[in-house]
Amino acid sequence: MNITGAQIIIETLIEQGCDTVFGYPGGFVLNIYDELYKQSDKIHHIITAHEQGAAHAADGYARVTGKVGVVIATSGPGATNLVTGIANAYLDSIPMVAITGNVPLALLGKDSFQEVDTTGITMPITKHNYIVKDVSELADVIREAFSIAKSGRPGPVLVDIPKDIQLQSFEYSPAPLAEEREPACPSDAALEKVARIIAESKKPYIYCGGGVIISGAGEEVAELSELIDSPIGFSMMGLSAVSSNNRNYLGMTGMHGRYASLKANSEADLIIAVGVRFSDRATGNKLRYSQKARIVHIDIDPAEIDKNIPAYYGLIGDIKVTLAGLLKKLDRQTHKEWQDEISVMREQEKSYLPKDTEMHPKDIIEKVMYYTDENTIIATDVGQHQMWASQFYRIKKPKTFLTSGGLGTMGFGMGAAIGGCIGSGCGRTLLITGDGSFGMNLNELATAVSNRLPLIVLVFNNGVLGMVRQWQTIFYDKRYSETNLERKTDFVKLADAFGADGFRAGNMNELDAALKKAFEMQTPVVIDCIIDKDERVLPMIPPGGSIENVIVN
Amino acid sequence: MKDKQFILGVLVANHAGVLTRISGLFSRRNYNIDSLNVAETENPKLSRMTIIARGDEYIKAQIEKQLAKLHDVKKVEILPLDDTVIREHLLIKIKVTKQTRSEIVESVNIFRGKVVDFNIDSVTVEITGESTKLDAFIKFAAEFGIIEMCRAGAVAVRRGIAPLSDENEFLD
Ligand SMILES: Cc1ncc(C[n+]2csc(CCOP(=O)(O)OP(=O)(O)O)c2C)c(N)n1
Ligand SMILES: [Mg+2]
Repeated sequence: MNITGAQIIIETLIEQGCDTVFGYPGGFVLNIYDELYKQSDKIHHIITAHEQGAAHAADGYARVTGKVGVVIATSGPGATNLVTGIANAYLDSIPMVAITGNVPLALLGKDSFQEVDTTGITMPITKHNYIVKDVSELADVIREAFSIAKSGRPGPVLVDIPKDIQLQSFEYSPAPLAEEREPACPSDAALEKVARIIAESKKPYIYCGGGVIISGAGEEVAELSELIDSPIGFSMMGLSAVSSNNRNYLGMTGMHGRYASLKANSEADLIIAVGVRFSDRATGNKLRYSQKARIVHIDIDPAEIDKNIPAYYGLIGDIKVTLAGLLKKLDRQTHKEWQDEISVMREQEKSYLPKDTEMHPKDIIEKVMYYTDENTIIATDVGQHQMWASQFYRIKKPKTFLTSGGLGTMGFGMGAAIGGCIGSGCGRTLLITGDGSFGMNLNELATAVSNRLPLIVLVFNNGVLGMVRQWQTIFYDKRYSETNLERKTDFVKLADAFGADGFRAGNMNELDAALKKAFEMQTPVVIDCIIDKDERVLPMIPPGGSIENVIVN
Repeated sequence: MKDKQFILGVLVANHAGVLTRISGLFSRRNYNIDSLNVAETENPKLSRMTIIARGDEYIKAQIEKQLAKLHDVKKVEILPLDDTVIREHLLIKIKVTKQTRSEIVESVNIFRGKVVDFNIDSVTVEITGESTKLDAFIKFAAEFGIIEMCRAGAVAVRRGIAPLSDENEFLD
């Protein structure tokens, strides 16, 4: 059939399995929005308060569903408002397709109204991007965008579409879902080699990253850990891959990792790194990183092998397929001594935990866990609260923990929680945020209210930019430059103004009561939870340091 | 310095923006580029780039792998220096006088170059060859006075029948 470019866009989105898009209209996407209006029974559009929120929502949606998240924005300011969201998805390898309008071809390059070089701006933060200059290519470009976004190591792809392309007509016929490329698997010889390396190890440590979640290989990791009697540590991005109930679960490693996980990471003689990229926040000083260990690095992206930490052996392949192949080549192992050492580390960890506290962030998170279940979607913002959530929230299922890893984006939380909530079929969602981060994206409360989402926003309100302030405490002699916010924002009234409910919790009883009420409701609730501004996130390995420099109390 | 020059042969999609994508990758990942040449191939859908870059073994491996990840890059290979024909092209305009003219023209022959423009007070010379040969001629010409010069980035193909190999076709 002969249809307009705008119709082709919507038809292709539907054809590619997209039923939910996030976005914000404007002059150069009016035609696309007109088609969305006509096709609203097939494709559900969620309007956010700001394009950044829409991009984070598409990201959160993708994290929860494993599908490609789609966001639409107009040219110029609409496109630039997406930038942080796209960069966030890029650094965390989240499959996303961003569609932007632009000025008509004839006006390109003339500094026309609301014209920016969208593909130029987003080139370094997308896996690939396009500007479509011929309507005959439009459908295939969008199909290819989906294919690139979800293939191999996923990432965001942007398609910029000048307005006249949206208006012109062309023949369209539906095509099948964009193919994902065959999952890659390493050779038998390579798997055997790794099996031998593992057999030689007495102190293995599985280091599990976001790639495990993307590839759906949590079970294989758990099986591997059981078979070779190995503890499992996690990068922040990998946290939900394996249930925290697993007997070998040690939790997060890295700058604010849990003590036993950090210690085992540094004492291991073999690190089986799966779907991680050894970011500097995870390794600290690279020259002193886990010096006793051989590193086997398994990843689908060949460029990750040896990029940050040299691998003793690199395996390139889809993690699920690779681990399944590897499991067949391995014999059962037991490492009693190593497990004993780890038990000691766990005991040490306990001794470092805050004791007899009232309203310590750990207490708050434990209280929250009393109300949540394994299906609750947990999103975080960025700061101390994020680290506490990563350390203490006991995640049970993959794709239920949404946090900004690589970019560390304050303001990620609200959008991500909204997208995650919608992706889960409007299931119970909880955002753990800070007063600073919430200030960056609280406009999206409006979106949560309009969509009647069962979203609880738990603000860890310390009145400060806690994480930055913590660095000032430790490294800048307590010169608290611009981190004491001294705001007078009343989050309870704010919730009310947005049409949500708000409660304040200044002690554990109030918190319990607030949570109880909030979990009984099916609409957005803000809980303003007052905590001490001087609380620090521990353990902490100072930047550029190693386990020898760890601060535990 | 452990930094060494190496040559990459890269086949890329032939459309607008590809050059920006490649040079952008070099700048954002902090890789050094010494020269870059690009032109369409016998297949109008593809362009071939010859990139001379510099770095240690780590950088070399990263450049190859990061390039291979770009959607527009179809093939990438580090060409072995000892088994590759490498050519640069030079256009150079030199000051001449009655006295120096014949000496210059003679040297052009020795360098197997060509005089492509000839005037009372200048000649323009074209020379093709390896960069050392071009360097030598430039040094020679400097004695007489270089008015301007223009040197194209190297182009390179491997000896023997095999084209750029597929070995490095990585997944995205
Ligand atoms: C967009 C953005 N700007 C600045 C920062 C730097 N930064 C990291 S954590 C932080 C403080 C966060 O404060 P808050 O949300 O209140 O969390 P807290 O640390 O107090 O729990 C800042 C400013 C950032 N990560 N992102
Ligand atoms: Mg705060």
